[in-house]
Amino acid sequence: MKITVDEVKCCGAGQCVLIAPEVFDQRDEDGIVILLDAAPAAEQHAAVREAASVCPAAAIHLGEEA
Amino acid sequence: MSAPESVLVVGASAAGLATAESLRRKGFQGTLTVLGAERHLPYDRPPLSKQVLSGAWPPERIQLRGRDELDALDAEFVLGDPAVSLDAATRTVSAASGWTRRTDVVVLATGIRPRPFPGAEGLRGVHVLRTLEDAVALRGELAAAARVVVVGDGVLGSEIAATARGLGVAVTLVGRQATPMASQLGPRAAGLLGRTHSEHGVRLLIGASVERVTSRRGRVCGVRLGTGEVLAADVVVVAIGSVPVTDWLEDSGLVLDNGVVCDSRCRATAEGIYAVGDVARWHHEGIGAMLRLENRTNATEQAGAVAGNILGEDRPYTPVPYFWTDQFNAKIQVHGTLAADADVEIVEGSESDRRFVALYRNGGRPTGVLGWNMPKQTRLHRQALVDAADHSLTLPR
Repeated sequence: MKITVDEVKCCGAGQCVLIAPEVFDQRDEDGIVILLDAAPAAEQHAAVREAASVCPAAAIHLGEEA
Repeated sequence: MSAPESVLVVGASAAGLATAESLRRKGFQGTLTVLGAERHLPYDRPPLSKQVLSGAWPPERIQLRGRDELDALDAEFVLGDPAVSLDAATRTVSAASGWTRRTDVVVLATGIRPRPFPGAEGLRGVHVLRTLEDAVALRGELAAAARVVVVGDGVLGSEIAATARGLGVAVTLVGRQATPMASQLGPRAAGLLGRTHSEHGVRLLIGASVERVTSRRGRVCGVRLGTGEVLAADVVVVAIGSVPVTDWLEDSGLVLDNGVVCDSRCRATAEGIYAVGDVARWHHEGIGAMLRLENRTNATEQAGAVAGNILGEDRPYTPVPYFWTDQFNAKIQVHGTLAADADVEIVEGSESDRRFVALYRNGGRPTGVLGWNMPKQTRLHRQALVDAADHSLTLPR
């Protein structure tokens, strides 16, 4: 799994951090997403898929390993 | 009930898409169909009143998923064909084109439509904002407009006023409340929002009602207030609330009352039928009341609950409500509910810096968190609501 995030689309809701806190965080100053781990271990994949699906700005994209 | 072999989702916007995705993520391998009234692939609505209306984003940027992601979903999308009837007993849905499908499970995700202003329908220059076409049409007229009147001081009206003002148009925001978004934000934060609008040059007409829209030769020319005052306008935007899209369900046998009435599992009043998103009015066990939320994150959260319950999880849906709005330089986020009579404490930052987090309490118990330009810190304080055993939420208004 390879994760990319769109910082311009991100609305700072923080849903991704609530679901997958080991993979996502937010910037202190404006709440925009910080990708902690672009290629997380398999045990994180289910949470990451849920985070990408519920993101209210559709700002998280998942691809297969390059 | 054993696992269904086929699911039909009626509605192809955020809630419908999220239901389909959640079903697949939870392992559903049966036939999945999504029926949508609009001809577009699923797109996101919050940017319509902001980035799309301002022109900052081209319309294609709000498409929620790419073609490859939708292909991977292995769902049939039937688009541009509004549902016209449901037979709840046989779970048979028919659409305007004559398309008909009988299925094991039906998910109702038809959303809401804007409440029209009586007498203003069909007048050129009068706009509502719900669809992509609405946003593009309004944007086109704002480019040439000198004076815009926005009728309605809720979230949508306030956002449209801010975006239009940002384009340099003279904007008057007319609302019944003491300040824009007073019912959503409570008097203190709504007061700050009102000052923000005034500082940016929006004329606020508070505590005001619009008696009628005035026109000349089929084109709007202003609004007449209850006081008799007439405001001239090239463009009038009507944002006076929404109604759930349930007219097509009137003969279905389902109980309808300000939305599709559901139990705590988001099940409508017939076997195998669920509702999700703006159209669903369900029993929130944590609050102990019926609730219908027109919030973007509710669409996806509730979709997860509905998908789980279709597949036998049997869990109540008890979210902490959340919404955000961006107006001028204010990014406002609200978790829980902010009662007008709540005790408000600034727990981070300061109002004078326009950067703070406020905790709202009723009877000492946390009921809501409001953030103003502090998204991360706001999310962290949300935990206070979760920790309160029953969420301690009070009903809006």
